Formats: sequence, structure tokens, C-alpha cells
Amino acid sequence: MSPETGGIDVFIGTVRNATKGKAVVRLEFEAYDKMAIAEMEKITQQALTNWPIQRILIHHRTGVLQIGEVPVVIAVAAAHRDAAFEACRYIIDTLKQTVPIWKKEIFEDGEVWVAAHP
Amino acid sequence: MKVNILAFGIAKDIFGGSLVTAELTNDATISNLKYLLEKEYPQLKKLATYMVAVNNEYALDGDTIHERDEIAIIPPVSGG
Repeated sequence: MSPETGGIDVFIGTVRNATKGKAVVRLEFEAYDKMAIAEMEKITQQALTNWPIQRILIHHRTGVLQIGEVPVVIAVAAAHRDAAFEACRYIIDTLKQTVPIWKKEIFEDGEVWVAAHP
Repeated sequence: MKVNILAFGIAKDIFGGSLVTAELTNDATISNLKYLLEKEYPQLKKLATYMVAVNNEYALDGDTIHERDEIAIIPPVSGG
């Protein structure tokens, strides 16, 4: 934060207990670390180009996460809220498309790699 | 040339490990690699899609592969 900051938009992703009505026991995350960081940096550069924002935080966990735990946090500081909201949304949306991180949902009767199959 | 291929997510399950090796011609492209892998691991074709990364960058089918490239199979990502 800095004296010029007028607002910080924070997105906190949390592990929910169900998917399409089916109970989720926990999630397991895995990343291709080097490339994940490289793709995150590309996203931040693009956001800094697209919006008048001041600071960006992207935090993503890997490993086993229980219900209610936090796999991802995005924070964007800007002079004005429009830029902060739009950039924050852009960052989480793009992260979900390009950053090589994978989530496996563990159910009572099995497990599924999210988005793997049509 | 022999190349190592990193596998993540469901690709690791399909390959039965996080690293597989492939024998390619010296001018092989990404699509040659995909063809080879799909022949040996047909389940790859059942995925919604998958990408190949070379040296931490998404690669295009026409890109050629070099001996010391770090190659990785990138199944559909699901971070966040």
C-alpha cells in the first residue's frame, strides 16, 4: 500500500465442500513451479499494462488442502476501485486458464482431476 | 535423439510416472512428439485438450524440439 492507494481489491479462493452436489473430502494441488511463476509474471505484466494499478499480489498454495482452506489469494492496489476490481478479476480468471497448476478433487468414492476430461 | 518429458496432473497418471523418455528424430516437432505419445499412451487423446511446454513456454505444434529442451506435458490446468 502507498499514500496514492485509494483501494485494494482482494480475492480469496477457498475450498468448498461440494462440486455439482457431490461432497468433496479435500483438494490436492500440484504445480509446474518454474512455469507457473513465469505465467503468473506474464499475467501481472499484462494487468499493469491494461489498468492504472499500483501493486499486485498473487499467492497460490500446492499440496493437500482441507475444506475451508485457502489455495489462492489475489490482491490489487490502485488509486481507484474500478481498476482494482477489473484487474483483480482479470488476474484470477487468466490464472485459471494459463498457469500450470492442477487441482484434484477427492470424493468419498474416488478422485477427479478437474477439467481433465470433456 | 532421446528427450525427457515431464508429466503433471492426470498426465502423470497416464504415463505412470512424472518422467518419460522418447526417442525422436533430430528435426522432430511438437506434433511428432504428440503423435508418438498418443500412440504409446492412447488415454492422452481422451483428455479435453493438452498442451506441450518447452523451456517453460507453451509450444506450438510446428515448433522443433532440441536435444536439451525441457519438455513438459500440460493437461488442462485447474488452478485457483
